[in-house]
Amino acid sequence: MKDIGGFDFDLQGVRLTALPSGALFWSAEALLVVSDLHLGRSERYARRGGALIPPYETVDTLARLDADLDRTGARTAICLGDSFDDLAASALPEADALWLARMKAGRRWIWIAGNHDPGPVDLGGEHLAELAIGPLTFRHIALPGATGEVSGHYHPKVRLAGQARPAFLTDHARVILPAYGTYTGGMAAETPELRALFAERALAVLTGQVARPVPF
Amino acid sequence: MTALPAPFSDWFAARGWQVHPHQQALLARAGEPALLLLAPTGGGKTLAGFLPTLVELAGSTHKGLHTLYISPLKALAADIRRNLSRPVEEMDLPVRIEDRTGDTSHQKRQRQRADPPHILLTTPESLALMLSYPDAARTFAGLSRVIVDEIHALAESKRGDQLMLCLSRLQSLCPGLRRVGLSATVDDPGAIARFLAPHPAPCPIVAADPGPDPDISMLVTEEPPPWSGGGGRYAIPAILNEVRRHKTTLIFHNTRAQAEIFFHHLWLQNEDALPIAIHHGSLAREARVRVEAAMVAGSLRAIVCTGSLDLGIDWGDVDLVIQVGAPKNVKRLVQRIGRANHRYNAPSKALLVPANRWEVVECEAALQAVRAHDLDGEPRGPGPKDVLCQHILIAACAAPFDADELFAEVIAAGPYAGLTRAEFDACLDFCATGGYALKAYDKWQRLMLKDGRWQLRDPRAAQMIRMNVGTITSSELLKVALKARFGAKPLGEVEEAFAASLTPGDTFLIGGEVVRYEGLRELTVEVSRERGREPKVAVFSGTKFSTSTELCARMLAIMAQPAWPDLPDHTSDWLRLQRERSELPREGELLIESFPAEEREYLCIYGFAGRNAQQTLGLLLTKRMEEDGLHPLGFVATDYATLIWGLDPVTDPTPLFDLPRLRAGLEEWLAGNAVMKRTFRNVAIVAGLTPRNHPGQRKSGRQATFSTDILYDTLRKYDPDHLMLKVTREEAMRGMVDFARIETMINRTGARIRTRRLDHVTPFAAPLLFEVGKVPVFGTARERLLEEAAERLMAEAGLSRAKAGG
Repeated sequence: MKDIGGFDFDLQGVRLTALPSGALFWSAEALLVVSDLHLGRSERYARRGGALIPPYETVDTLARLDADLDRTGARTAICLGDSFDDLAASALPEADALWLARMKAGRRWIWIAGNHDPGPVDLGGEHLAELAIGPLTFRHIALPGATGEVSGHYHPKVRLAGQARPAFLTDHARVILPAYGTYTGGMAAETPELRALFAERALAVLTGQVARPVPF
Repeated sequence: MTALPAPFSDWFAARGWQVHPHQQALLARAGEPALLLLAPTGGGKTLAGFLPTLVELAGSTHKGLHTLYISPLKALAADIRRNLSRPVEEMDLPVRIEDRTGDTSHQKRQRQRADPPHILLTTPESLALMLSYPDAARTFAGLSRVIVDEIHALAESKRGDQLMLCLSRLQSLCPGLRRVGLSATVDDPGAIARFLAPHPAPCPIVAADPGPDPDISMLVTEEPPPWSGGGGRYAIPAILNEVRRHKTTLIFHNTRAQAEIFFHHLWLQNEDALPIAIHHGSLAREARVRVEAAMVAGSLRAIVCTGSLDLGIDWGDVDLVIQVGAPKNVKRLVQRIGRANHRYNAPSKALLVPANRWEVVECEAALQAVRAHDLDGEPRGPGPKDVLCQHILIAACAAPFDADELFAEVIAAGPYAGLTRAEFDACLDFCATGGYALKAYDKWQRLMLKDGRWQLRDPRAAQMIRMNVGTITSSELLKVALKARFGAKPLGEVEEAFAASLTPGDTFLIGGEVVRYEGLRELTVEVSRERGREPKVAVFSGTKFSTSTELCARMLAIMAQPAWPDLPDHTSDWLRLQRERSELPREGELLIESFPAEEREYLCIYGFAGRNAQQTLGLLLTKRMEEDGLHPLGFVATDYATLIWGLDPVTDPTPLFDLPRLRAGLEEWLAGNAVMKRTFRNVAIVAGLTPRNHPGQRKSGRQATFSTDILYDTLRKYDPDHLMLKVTREEAMRGMVDFARIETMINRTGARIRTRRLDHVTPFAAPLLFEVGKVPVFGTARERLLEEAAERLMAEAGLSRAKAGG
């Protein structure tokens, strides 16, 4: 296997790797998880009479996802919800839809429902509210008290040395993924609502050129 | 000569006042389609502007709006309303006067649109907003005069460009509209006249008697100024002495941070407890209003201030202006000096306080320029396109428009007179479809062409466009207030980036007080008072001005003198020493010194191109040196020179200055640069590419808002020729990057580079070694900083372990 970089940590006895790109890899299962892609965000803004922001975020997000799938050789991909900015945005431009279809070919693909995309989308793959594999449960929004949970939704960010970076947050019970989509903002990890989901001793893994752990 | 109608001549006579000749002239030429008045502060400029309106309204039954008055300051609009109401009441004129600004209530603003007063006093932004409503034609029906106050200040900013576009719009609604501009003394009144006039109409200029020359000199202190740095702390005893000898003194600083530090130390030495206050743009409104009231009441002996007191309002009995730090710009200095002594025909008194040895020379150059009436000015270039994009969107909010008609209107505005149809169409396309290489928004266009006219596809868009009217995009500011248990008193504002750099326990200065950072609550920085500790300085920035081209030229001329009898001994000795040890920089060539000191090799480039350009030069040269294997380690830039240090001596710097190669380096460097991202943010907000953040929105919208940096990076990657990137580049080249002045410098010297290899540091270069603001040169520094901080934190938490996986 190629050296995929990243930071390894354990969750309920499962060894997971936080990749510098913001994707999570479970190498024993060859399973790649990404969250909050928010594909079609620019289209949704435009449709609602808002600003016409550069319509390149879908291409950019798909390119990064394609590279991660290639690098890890994942046989299963899980998109943890808010994959689309809204359900209407899931009607991707033809070229983007074809690209996604090529990525899906030959691997299991699971769309977990999010608050932005609560229903099934007209694209192949499985559509689930949540999914359990072994000791782990994959869902969009963390449930207080859950264990072995992998979720997204909050777009956590951590500020260090004057720079704010999207980050994974984890303790022994759960991990929350950073937003993977190009046009996404973030929520400070120390925000009470987010901090309360974690044990006293928790870890943040900053994304960037290298996956960088810091206590949080 | 037009005689004043009876009520007016009686009113003037009753006060023992004479009508000034320029006031007469404006009355006599009231019929001109455009007229520019140049008058010094205290010259009765505003009354001159309004006199024709009052005379016309005095004997008429005019219905609706007659005169629109526009000022850059809300406070000025309110102030003028009060001042103007007095003669109107005393002469019992049938004239209704109201102001309308962002502070005016929603109800009153709605009423004003339906039933406007005779004279409406407002700001450029409020006017743009009024023009965005479908009933604009009715609101402005009957309007016959527009008075633009402080036009010299507006002409230097996007606010002025937007205003001129709005006046073009008004001119179409009210074809007989006459314009009057009121300006302080400027270097090129013709440029302001062209800015104001409906192109290509002429705009005659009326110049008032400029009054006597100011009484201006350099403050002589016992202690010589330091070698480097700013702030002028050394002069505090001498300044306090002057304050004691005058009624009211304004003490101007170039930046807010310097004003704060100076004020802090002034108080420590203010043994007589003279009533002295501070006033700048970052102070809480309550604090500013309190200072202004005390000032009007005459209860203050001095005010430490910044550009926030540069404009218009009458500030009581100021009899001395002190400028601390080199003035950087003669025009602004003259306007500041005018703040002293509002009595017409009495000389204003001013003192210059150089903050360091280099600034002594600059202050001397400024004194010469003021005496020679030689004002400086950098031509501003054509009207920016982000402002035009906003104007197009505002036009669409008001009513469907015809592109040909709108184009004709736009090129009638002075700043846009040279705009080509292709440039206009590119802006229109941006507003309609986003203007992307990828045609993604055919279905969701913002503007659509229907029956030959452009209109909003979704009328709901109008509200968002109106919320974003205006061209002021200051960086995100957070309020600073005392913690609730200390009274929650608001103290002022700091930039978000500064707030983010604080950790609880840090101390900084605001409003002259040292405060301790307690924490961030929602959008407020909570602090407690902290007496007697050295503050960690607030870096919230005023504008960082560059020394003007004219002042730099005069400095070089001073250096060419055989001797310097006008300069203080400490400074003439220093110049003489530089001439002996190395040589003095000269007009027509570029002096570069190269010398070793303390195991480093130095290169000092005396470009005299102003701080921004010298800074850019430092970045470009170190980049070139890196490529050529010369191992630069860092540099520092001032208005006059750039000092670079590294491991290897540079024996022949000439190849480094090859203009095409420098320009190529610039392109690369600009790409990921923070200056460009900051500029892009401003451009994107003004052009309507992204909405500005409104307070409150941010509390809930954490995931919804993302930084404009992401949009910038995405555009650069996928659509590098996009209009917004071009506009960003144009703006950065003129502003922070100031590459134009590097080109001027290279052309001025004809690339005649004079290199001096010396065996020790020179008298001119030595002060640069102590300058703050050194820029280290590094490639992967950001990652390195992050790594070090992360490892330290992991170690502290006892979590250090071998990195797994990567």
